[in-house]
Amino acid sequence: MIRVENLTKYYGEHLAVDSISFNVKKGEIVGLLGPNGAGKTTTMRILTGFMMPTSGDAWVAECNMATNSLEGRRHIGYLPEAIPLYTDVTVRSYLDFAGRLRGLDPYRIKDRIDDVVEICHLEDYIDVLIGKLSRGFRQRVGVAQAIIHEPEVMILDEPTLGIDPIQVTQTRRLIKELGQEHTILISSHILPEVSMVCDRVVIIHEGQIVAEDRIENLSTILKGSQSIRLEVRGPTSAVTRRLQRVQGISQVRYEKPYHIVECPVDQDPRSNLMTAIVQSGWTLLSMGTVDMSLEDIFLQLTGEEDFDDDEELEE
Amino acid sequence: MKNTMLIALKEFKSYLTSPMAYVIACVFLVLYGSLFIWYLEDTQYSDTSINGYLDIWGNLVLMLFAAVLAMRLIAEEKKLGTWELLLTAPLRDTEVVLGKFLGSLGMLVSMLALTLYFPLLLRVFGIPDGGPILTGYLGLFLLGATSLAIGLFASSVTSNQIVAAVVAGGMLAILYFIGIAGDAIGGAAGNILSYISLYSHFSAFVTGIIDTRAIIYFLSITALFLFLTIRSIETSRWS
Repeated sequence: MIRVENLTKYYGEHLAVDSISFNVKKGEIVGLLGPNGAGKTTTMRILTGFMMPTSGDAWVAECNMATNSLEGRRHIGYLPEAIPLYTDVTVRSYLDFAGRLRGLDPYRIKDRIDDVVEICHLEDYIDVLIGKLSRGFRQRVGVAQAIIHEPEVMILDEPTLGIDPIQVTQTRRLIKELGQEHTILISSHILPEVSMVCDRVVIIHEGQIVAEDRIENLSTILKGSQSIRLEVRGPTSAVTRRLQRVQGISQVRYEKPYHIVECPVDQDPRSNLMTAIVQSGWTLLSMGTVDMSLEDIFLQLTGEEDFDDDEELEE
Repeated sequence: MKNTMLIALKEFKSYLTSPMAYVIACVFLVLYGSLFIWYLEDTQYSDTSINGYLDIWGNLVLMLFAAVLAMRLIAEEKKLGTWELLLTAPLRDTEVVLGKFLGSLGMLVSMLALTLYFPLLLRVFGIPDGGPILTGYLGLFLLGATSLAIGLFASSVTSNQIVAAVVAGGMLAILYFIGIAGDAIGGAAGNILSYISLYSHFSAFVTGIIDTRAIIYFLSITALFLFLTIRSIETSRWS
């Protein structure tokens, strides 16, 4: 349903997307994962016809988005990163406009509004001005406008950005439900986010694809080791040397004020670490496991050592 | 056509639901009313039409308000993020631009229509000369349409409404006053400057002349700026 071939986009001198290729098959939910500034939004904007690529091709529902964009856009439901809402109209009249804009038959619009309002749980807010809705509800209205014309393909750019955890869960459930009937491409910079709803992930970094695989496969690659973070009161270098001798520890590094210890994922050396510290006469102030962050994943996938200096990164 | 009307209606409705538009329309009417009274006083009630004030201040006020009405057309959508909704919907850029233009033209014409009670007042208390009043309004309509097209173009190059209004105001002022510069210079260069001036084409209408050259001039400038707006949107897709 979505086919991207050698897609490249320059903003002036800046290379935003560097010759990426991937496919999304009918009925699949695919996650586009990457840190901020990786080129996710640019890729989606090209796929939806908002922008033209510098070179390469993007097909949606067999329409080339550079040459046959108008036809292609009929098949797409798009939720941009900034939810496109008019604040001075009610939810109903906004959805009515969005439906007509997508060429929905006027006599079907009323039924479709009822449908999407039910799907997105907006029944109580249908006659409320959008400007008075909270971010979470606005986001649901955003999803509603994307599905009102029953598109075959849905493109959702960071759909859970800036909403509270309960709403994130609801949104995830909604996306999963929608995934039963639609082909979905969803972007995020949070790994657990996409791993929960997607069949497959495409990881991009600095405009290039660094990994593309099914979630299960990716997890096994990534779960090679785990990290434990310790805060120890004691002489730093001596503590480092002592921790390295603890059984099952593959690596120790010091990031002020923590010692980060890495070990294979099937071991739990925490009691050994505790014993070693106490026996040496130091004080253990805190200890906890560290979830693998997106940076760590990129470190593993790209082998870049200076990744921490990258200013574009959040999370 | 259906899509153009959809956008035009949406624009027109959004003026009617926005308090800002009512403030703008209200100030416009107050200004036009003041000008009307001032002109009647000034001419000792001797003129049989209202065209004197249209020729001096009415046209400037109209251009200013057209620029203010047009400033939000695209800039606001960019700020709200809804521009992405419009440009990813199955609509041609031309349909979006024409729709926005027609919607704002509808608002401007409504505002102008509300000033029609001045000639009606004249009719109650005297015998005004209907012809020049009608051609004067035709001139206002054409000038307004041109100003809106220029304002729409200005709105398409920025996401800041104030910047859009200032840019539009600047372009309109240059196009308006360039005729005065042309008259001062004289010669062939002066004639050319006078020819592209908005003012020199408008003034014929208030004297009751329907000059087809002027009509073609206003329609051409309008079409030119609508075309430039479409190109500006296309450029933004490629850059």
